[in-house]
Amino acid sequence: MTRLLEISGLTRRFGGLVAVDGLSFGVAQGEIVGLLGPNGSGKTTALNLVSGALKPDAGTIMLDGRPIAGLRPDRIARLGLARTFQLVRVLGSMTCAENVVAGLAFRRPVLWGEAAARRAGALLDRVGLGGRGAMPADALTYIDQKRLELARGLALSPRILLLDEWLAGLNPSELQEGIALIRSLRAEGTTIVMVEHVMDAIRSLCDRCVVMNAGALIAEGPPAAVLADPAVISAYLGGDDA
Amino acid sequence: MTFLPLIPATLLVAALATLPLYADGYCLSLSLSLLNYTVLATAWAMFSGPTRYVSLATVAFFGIGAYSVAVLGEVLPWPLVLLIAAAVGGAVALLVGLSTLRLSGVYFVVFTFGLAELIRQLVTWYEVNVTRALGRYVFVDVTQAQIYWQMLALATLVFLTGWLVGRSRLGFALRIIGDDETVAPHVGIDITIVKVALFALSAVFMTLAGAIMAPRWTYIDPAIAFNPMVSFQVLIMALLGGAGRLYGPLLGVIPLTLLFEFLIARFPNHFSIILGLVFLVIVYLVPNGVAGLTARRAAR
Repeated sequence: MTRLLEISGLTRRFGGLVAVDGLSFGVAQGEIVGLLGPNGSGKTTALNLVSGALKPDAGTIMLDGRPIAGLRPDRIARLGLARTFQLVRVLGSMTCAENVVAGLAFRRPVLWGEAAARRAGALLDRVGLGGRGAMPADALTYIDQKRLELARGLALSPRILLLDEWLAGLNPSELQEGIALIRSLRAEGTTIVMVEHVMDAIRSLCDRCVVMNAGALIAEGPPAAVLADPAVISAYLGGDDA
Repeated sequence: MTFLPLIPATLLVAALATLPLYADGYCLSLSLSLLNYTVLATAWAMFSGPTRYVSLATVAFFGIGAYSVAVLGEVLPWPLVLLIAAAVGGAVALLVGLSTLRLSGVYFVVFTFGLAELIRQLVTWYEVNVTRALGRYVFVDVTQAQIYWQMLALATLVFLTGWLVGRSRLGFALRIIGDDETVAPHVGIDITIVKVALFALSAVFMTLAGAIMAPRWTYIDPAIAFNPMVSFQVLIMALLGGAGRLYGPLLGVIPLTLLFEFLIARFPNHFSIILGLVFLVIVYLVPNGVAGLTARRAAR
């Protein structure tokens, strides 16, 4: 059985630096996979390669059996891949509802006008922003901007959702809300790849983790096992030789 | 979606259409100037407003329109001349758009300015070396009133198009691109096609404005048709009015056209200096335009 997302031999260089070095892993339908690793290990670059923001130098990416490596990001988005950004990106000059409609109006099938407005309202409810459709997006607090970005991603009705440090920068109570929200997405069967540093979230949400260091995969498996792996610990904290 | 604003707009256009029946030559000429800048600034803002890509190529397209008429005006029937002018302007915009809209910020500004100068130099070179006469006479049998009516029709068309685009997915896509060009492709927008389409659409209107205005000059040469000052004036009018709204540029066109008219008449030798000062004051005092100011007042 092939998995929903299948990455193999993915490589990207920036000049002499190999940011992603022969990365291979897969994500099954309905799974939440955590993509971990110390800062600079190539996690965000990997997400950018999968979502089309960057083009790989080598390797293949299959989304539901279709090769997507090197496609333009708008093509990949229409094939059913949505993402959020490490530094939250909402459309500041627009209302919250318009931000969500942005995710509805250019996917396939297109949703526009009355139907889009109704669906946007439902999605805002879904992420906990119910009734704030008319509010300017840049007036939202940080966590609410993150919720809005998530609603825009969900608007694409994605087969797979990439979250780039979506839980970063939240205070403890916001973090609990955020974890609950992602857990509820899993309950609906959404497939998620999340780059994350918040260990509580990783332990409670992820079915499986993939750990990168210096661009390469160093461990893969259930969160508890991976986080206890000596190679992972030494990547984060420095090993005996450090 | 409401069609209500169409009613007063229709009445306004009808009232403006009666102007040549009673206005004198000077008043008509000034009104024509107002309409011309309204078309140019509104067309400019159609693309540059939402994307915030500042284009200085306005006069490139305006000049292409004027030269299409100078070359073809006597040979072909008038509607066909306009059609060809629009096609040439649109084609140049497509070409330029596809090759340059990857540029952003100041690079795009400089490129568009360079483009207008390049076309001017090419036309000059052609006229000097091939036709061996720098200028051309534009003999088209048309009265000032007829030019006015054509310009009014074009202005109406610009507003109607801008209004429709503003309600369409295309216009929405352009606003998303203007807000965040990184987000746009990740929600499925083909940003190249959207930008090029709007850039070409706005260029077609600028070209038609040049074509319709050409017979008014009777004599044109590249320095007149491709005068870079036009691009700057259109830019500053749109900025003063506010490029974020359809009616915004109009709020800049009216005071500034009248001001420029006054300055040229009274201070012909110091026009450029005063123009520069006006630019500074506008950018400093009303960065979001008059339309932005009134909207903020209303929000308070």
